[in-house]
Amino acid sequence: MNAGSKDKNATRRAFLKGAVAAGATVTGTAALTSAKAGPDPLISEVQEWASGLGDGVDATPYGLPVRFEGDVIRRNVEWLTADTISSINFTPIHALDGTITPQGCAFERHHSGAIELKKQDYRLMINGLVDRPLVFSYADLERFPRENHVYFCECAANTGMEWAGAQLNGVQFTHGMIHNMEYSGVPLKTLLNEAGLGEAGNLADKWIYVEGADASSNGRSIPMEKALDDVLVAFKANGEALRKEHGYPVRLVVPGWEGNLWVKWLRRVEVANGPVESREETSKYTDTLEDGVSRKWTWVMDAKSVVTSPSPQSPILHGPGPLVINGLAWSGRGSITGVDVSIDGGMNWRPARLAREGESKALSRFYLDVNWDGTEMLLQSRARDDTGYVQPTKRQLREARGENSIYHNNCIQTWWVRSNGEAENVEVS
Amino acid sequence: MSKSLRLYAVSGLATAFMLTVAYNLADKSIVEVPENPRVMSNAPDSAYAIAMAAADTVFMDRQSMLGLGREALRQEIDAWDLDVSPDGTGLPAGSGSVADGEVLFSDKCATCHGEFAEGVDNWPELAGGEGSLADEDPLKTVGSYWPYLSTAWDYVHRSMPFGAAQTLGVDETYAITAYILYSNDLVEEDFTLSNGNFLDVAMPNADGFIVDDREISEAHFWNSDPCMKNCKESVEITMRAVVLDVTPEEDENESEAHGENAISSPGAETASVDVANPGDSAAAPLDGKLIEAGEKVFKKCKACHQVGEGAANRVGPHLNGVMGRVMAGIDGFKYSGALKEMGAAGMTWNEETLAAFMSDPKGYVKGTRMSFNGLRKDSDIVALTEYLRSFSQWDAAIIQ
Repeated sequence: MNAGSKDKNATRRAFLKGAVAAGATVTGTAALTSAKAGPDPLISEVQEWASGLGDGVDATPYGLPVRFEGDVIRRNVEWLTADTISSINFTPIHALDGTITPQGCAFERHHSGAIELKKQDYRLMINGLVDRPLVFSYADLERFPRENHVYFCECAANTGMEWAGAQLNGVQFTHGMIHNMEYSGVPLKTLLNEAGLGEAGNLADKWIYVEGADASSNGRSIPMEKALDDVLVAFKANGEALRKEHGYPVRLVVPGWEGNLWVKWLRRVEVANGPVESREETSKYTDTLEDGVSRKWTWVMDAKSVVTSPSPQSPILHGPGPLVINGLAWSGRGSITGVDVSIDGGMNWRPARLAREGESKALSRFYLDVNWDGTEMLLQSRARDDTGYVQPTKRQLREARGENSIYHNNCIQTWWVRSNGEAENVEVS
Repeated sequence: MSKSLRLYAVSGLATAFMLTVAYNLADKSIVEVPENPRVMSNAPDSAYAIAMAAADTVFMDRQSMLGLGREALRQEIDAWDLDVSPDGTGLPAGSGSVADGEVLFSDKCATCHGEFAEGVDNWPELAGGEGSLADEDPLKTVGSYWPYLSTAWDYVHRSMPFGAAQTLGVDETYAITAYILYSNDLVEEDFTLSNGNFLDVAMPNADGFIVDDREISEAHFWNSDPCMKNCKESVEITMRAVVLDVTPEEDENESEAHGENAISSPGAETASVDVANPGDSAAAPLDGKLIEAGEKVFKKCKACHQVGEGAANRVGPHLNGVMGRVMAGIDGFKYSGALKEMGAAGMTWNEETLAAFMSDPKGYVKGTRMSFNGLRKDSDIVALTEYLRSFSQWDAAIIQ
């Protein structure tokens, strides 16, 4: 809806082409010019910033990224949904490194818009088959023993637009429905124990139903076994309060399981005899197979990886020579044990280097340092996790599920990197 | 070593805690955590007193009950615990007919879902698609896909209409659900849905689901020895994303413009543009600051109303060129009878009428479909008016 501004701007593709052609001064990653051209004025001449003064403290009491990084932002795909109120946008993973996603650019998914809910107005109810139905204030939650954990949150629909073919030309759009944060909060188990599970009897066949305070409620059912395992009622992410768009003041964290279960603005946990079979677990977030039968309760996110750079939004701008191929890998079943990278479309693979030992249900960063000869590459990555699962190819996945699953597409992604450094989303035989 | 830390706690107290925990786990009954027994009081010297104060702070076992929160009242549980399960658990008594549902649906749902539940634009289709699930392009609707009727009832009751959730009564919800069934040819037109016959309605795709079987059907994805060398003879590109060309484009100047410049509203950009209709109230010079303030106020409206390029009718009509427009003036939008009458009487939207409507929507247009409760601050109304005025040059004719 940003009227009238589009025609003034070059398209992204034109921008990238220009950047590649011009040796890429635009992104600030230009290779140094040869010393033959004489001294670099950035060195030989006194620059303004080396003589004058910069901003004082408090210029920005809460800091934002420097303006040169202004393109590292969430983006949405307008044609995907009817309205941004019930929609999704994408983390700019092509431009990030490490594993922690800054909250400000972590993808958003709302079903009735991001609501504003004050801590003072916050209430969490626990009811159903409990000994004492309880209401907690936000302040109450902060008095329970707390834990810290890093977990990825991936929307089940991540890569969902790619089932029928290569469609979106950018890793932000193909794989950006993911973020990874350090959460501080109270184990749900602690709160359930506070309410008492005696009334529930045998816990093996019991469920919880969780819902948010927004109009969608986004209610979901979760088996008690998971609820008592590692589910967290979180109020801080990456050290600071959750952002409004991520459920401030309190959201549910359901490690390794699809993002839709991570109910934002969490307001109620009900202990029940069975699943509610809400809209979000029947009409949506169920995976239709080729024969028209659909899988339900496909909560766990399969192991997956993707090369984030080079990629269509992050072309190689420096020409042949040393090149850092890097990407992300994760598994909802446990830790990443290794990532293999292929530059020839999956004919041959070599193990990449994990920046750190894989952590359970959290993103891993991998690197492969190569000396690029400037020839075309068909770049792929393949994740392995500690259960022995190996990320499948797109063909393998289609053979197992058809093309109409929408959700849980964890196939191997291919980027066609051209000799000029540009990259494109493609499928290969 | 025990996980629990009970430093400083006298052993008797620690034992009391452990017993409490054990009792809780064994019998799941309510046990009050005993008051901390005072070990010693009136200590003779101050250093000793400090040591004793610390002794009263007990380091808690993480599994123990803390006595936090308060009991949830019955009325509170009733207010929030609304979910309805497939077996009818949670379903309140009531009923509603297809005929009543048709009127309600047309009034409250059709803007997005279509008069026949066929869906408008990208909004969900609720009817049709029977037998299409194995097709190349399946159509998933309440009739063709949803396994349980409770899901539809529950969702309509709690989360619909979009932008006015939890405004439908129990009987209205039965009626709308009945109409959705009717539009899927699942019931006759004289049907009335009630809690009495709710479980008798057969959903066509009730048996169309299996529980996640990936670990069995995809067991071959677990592979201790994945191929590393010469895994296939050749590789060819079979499909390219640029052929489709559906990737959103990025603005070249996003990088520089991310700062305060990027906040400039579409309205502000048009501030210097000549307005199409002189003589119209929209022709007065625009105030950029006010427009910016108005854009913020408009956040309250945009769940239902669109403005600017490509704006279309949603739950509410688009608001391009609303200033000066005859009330209920967009052909094809389903206005309330009350607003249509006002329009027929020649009333138009101007600063005065819009202010009256915004300050008390239901009072100014008795019977309006707009669920919004109005703006309390006059300054917000003035800003919103200016913001809407900035979209006056958008020609409503080019917008569907």
